[in-house]
Amino acid sequence: MSYQLTYKPYGEFSILIEWEAIVNKDIIRDINTYKTKILKKEEREIQDCIIGYHSLLIVYKEILCKVAEKISFLKEVYSLEESVNSKINYVWTIPVCYDLKHGIDLLDISEKTELPVEEIIQLHTNTMYTVYFIGFLPGFLYLGGLNSKLFFDRKSTPRLKVPKGAVAIGGKQTGVYPEESAGGWNIIGNTPLHFFDVTKKVPCFAKSGDQIKFISISEEEYLKIKEEVKKGSYKIEKKVIVNL
Amino acid sequence: MIKVLSSGIYTAIQDLGRIGYREMGIPVAGVMDRYATMFANMILNNKEEDAVIEIVFGSSKFEFLESCSISISGADFSAKIDDKPVLMNTVLEVEKGSVLSFGKRNFGVRTYIAVKGGFLTETVLGGRSFYKGITNRHVFKKGGIIPINKKQKKIKETRSKVKFNKGYIKTNNIEVYEGPEYELLSRNQKEKLKQLEFTISSSNSRMGYILNEKIENSFPSMLSSGVLPGTVQLTPSGKLIVLMRDCQVTGGYPRILQLTEESINILSQKTTKDSIDFKIKRFS
Repeated sequence: MSYQLTYKPYGEFSILIEWEAIVNKDIIRDINTYKTKILKKEEREIQDCIIGYHSLLIVYKEILCKVAEKISFLKEVYSLEESVNSKINYVWTIPVCYDLKHGIDLLDISEKTELPVEEIIQLHTNTMYTVYFIGFLPGFLYLGGLNSKLFFDRKSTPRLKVPKGAVAIGGKQTGVYPEESAGGWNIIGNTPLHFFDVTKKVPCFAKSGDQIKFISISEEEYLKIKEEVKKGSYKIEKKVIVNL
Repeated sequence: MIKVLSSGIYTAIQDLGRIGYREMGIPVAGVMDRYATMFANMILNNKEEDAVIEIVFGSSKFEFLESCSISISGADFSAKIDDKPVLMNTVLEVEKGSVLSFGKRNFGVRTYIAVKGGFLTETVLGGRSFYKGITNRHVFKKGGIIPINKKQKKIKETRSKVKFNKGYIKTNNIEVYEGPEYELLSRNQKEKLKQLEFTISSSNSRMGYILNEKIENSFPSMLSSGVLPGTVQLTPSGKLIVLMRDCQVTGGYPRILQLTEESINILSQKTTKDSIDFKIKRFS
């Protein structure tokens, strides 16, 4: 499927390509395919590709002298029919301890949504979430697919310290805090996994187009996995997604 | 090696930042004023990407634990070695045991100290730039030790006679391009952007500068999309935020202007209460 795209110069070095402003799995897949096609043509000239829900920002290494020509070139690349070897996408299984000790806002959400805590956990673990992109903090995944019953407004005053690994709900989104940081999302659990590790060659295991499945674990299992992660012996469960 | 005797407001290692990691949410970071840094490195015949020390308001003090050649560029805070005034933008031969300090502010905010061969702190993801959560340290504290690259190749001494053009530090003109959401602005709002003299609030840092004046608006929030150092965002309160080198990689406020690379350097030499005028350029 081909989308109607808009192209805008953005500063001296970049071109912003935009899709229709909606959150949609097919759009994120199209963005990733297009990105791969562009990189295949001009990888050496590109410094960074920044993906948003409905946008692809191409940052070039050198100042763009002929913007109009660059845009027509990019349009041509989009219309190329060739199949590209996109990066393989995975479904990652993420263990989360939803114990009230970690899920410090679970009772509050339960009270206001009138959903029992057990049902909140079930709704949160029953969904396959799509990774749209990474932003806000290094390794912070923007996930789509949260069940609408779990939509819950951000806190009116953000917490100064949200712990590393906190699994949280903010409005229509859910996510994992890769590092301790300030944040206004409601915390429902904690994962012992590192979503961002500078000591790894690829510091984030997940990427745009991947999927995330949360599973509920006990405090005991949480501590066990935490220890394994520390030792470097924990392997995150992953499955290849077959894109047809 | 150099020892930090006083770390003042800000003392850190910066280079040209991290390239190619923004899709993992990792900011580019790097020196705020690239012109001053390039100049400091150039006169030492260093590589462009060699790491330098960035300091703010000349409030830092250093002791040299070995003799070396250094250069100082950017903001002028009356640099002194062993209490004797020294020139900026030239090669200074420093003896072991000497102390570099600063005094009265003449102009600017950020000063760069380069050393022949470059500084050798840890490289993380292709860069040495200090950043919280990425490098082990995000600033130097008193007593910090900064190693120097001694294995520098002997490069022919071609002391360049290029003059440091300090004029940019004093100008108030900030050249910008229209940002992706510029067209959302009404005629009235666009006029205000062009005519108002904006002043820098006390919220200004390596992440971004918040400006005091307001452009009233009722734009709905946007879906998060890429942002760049130098992007001017319009917040719901009407205040503008100019993103700087340490900014996040995505944002959800309308991106109404984009500073030129040169203007990011200019702004990085400004601080609280300084004023700026936006000059809108057209794409060729």
